[in-house]
Amino acid sequence: MSSEPVRTDLVIVGAGPVGLFAVFEAGLLGMSCHLVDNLDRPGGQCAELYPEKPIYDIPAVPVCTGQELVDRLMQQIRPFEPTFHFRQQAERLERIEKGWRVTTSAGTVFEAPAVVIAAGAGSFVPRRMPLPEASSFEDRSLFYVVRRREDFRGRNILVAGGGDSALDWLLELEPLAGELAIVHRRKDFRAKPDSVERMRGLIEAGRIRMHIGQIVGLEGVDGRLKAVRIRNPEGEIRHPCDTVLAFYGLKMELGPIADWGLELEGSHIKVDTATFETNLPGVFAVGDICTYPGKLKLILSGFHETALMSHKAFTYCFPEKRLVFRHTTSSSDLRKKLGVA
Amino acid sequence: MIDREGVEHELEGEVGWSLMEVIREAGLPIEAACGGCCACATCHVYVEPEWLPRLEEPCEDENMMLDEAFEVRDNSRLSCQIRLTEELEGIRVVLAPEF
Repeated sequence: MSSEPVRTDLVIVGAGPVGLFAVFEAGLLGMSCHLVDNLDRPGGQCAELYPEKPIYDIPAVPVCTGQELVDRLMQQIRPFEPTFHFRQQAERLERIEKGWRVTTSAGTVFEAPAVVIAAGAGSFVPRRMPLPEASSFEDRSLFYVVRRREDFRGRNILVAGGGDSALDWLLELEPLAGELAIVHRRKDFRAKPDSVERMRGLIEAGRIRMHIGQIVGLEGVDGRLKAVRIRNPEGEIRHPCDTVLAFYGLKMELGPIADWGLELEGSHIKVDTATFETNLPGVFAVGDICTYPGKLKLILSGFHETALMSHKAFTYCFPEKRLVFRHTTSSSDLRKKLGVA
Repeated sequence: MIDREGVEHELEGEVGWSLMEVIREAGLPIEAACGGCCACATCHVYVEPEWLPRLEEPCEDENMMLDEAFEVRDNSRLSCQIRLTEELEGIRVVLAPEF
């Protein structure tokens, strides 16, 4: 827990493409930014959902992948030295005398005159196992993340999934697990080929048991797992184990933002299209998370929204200053800020 | 389309739309988080068996994403990857559970 709050001009919730470009637009006007994101790296959906998929509708960039877009934005905002706070979710928003206080799930506290919510479709959180009995096993026998490897020493573990997280943890826990098994719906794995090869080696050596099928039931008492029922093409089998690590990918949830007192329409935040301010003065929303008549969920629309937001946010950050509208092409002041003058 | 409560909806789309788009445009509860680029599994549907042979086989990308879905069956498909054609007039699908 940090005791001293971080003081900055803007706190940006969400480090996806629009959150990143907000740093640029704010930076041109002299505002510095701290960003909070639940993922472990910048890029949001572009980096998490479709890093390798091509995007064709970024003006003047005929084609780039999701990851390339993120890399270029990171390059573009570098002169403004944003600070990133990853692996944490913005949890609380409170009004303070000079603006807002934002507290994250990791205990980081920010105080800023303005807050920008660029949270896309919400935070990425692990998908939970959709079985009615699952919740009684969660955090005791059923896990979606590994916080401490040591907690799994000697346990009889079943890993569920076929992607990189599933295989990375399978191989990582192999030296310390008791019995180890993997369940996946088909024989092909989408994880990195060398991980798949290492796993196949361990299966051949008899160290890892492999089940092709899907988990359909959990058995145990008081949150202590005894066995997992797996349905495969031949029928149903029972696999005894005391721990399940399930990696079904990530999903997006609006999360705590829903309780911040913002005026919502469904799971979107209503904004004024002249300023992208919400019903809370000094709290802005840009990108996929905001809504207004005619809203389109396009990255390019999000970029536009950050420019208008920055002009209004400026009045909260520097109430005594007058803002002069300038272009980067002609303003030596802006070019100095970009480090090119 | 049959929703998660078992209610049947008759939906209309245009040739060239994806099935996910037809369901989403009708305002029915399909998450389709990635917007149809086959990067998530939140538009998972079960295609009624008699319609399966009339669809193209799922590509590797779609199969990879189905790995992240739950309760995947032999007739599981991602509705964003099913393009409407004249031949698919009358196709019946069931919305898979949300998770």
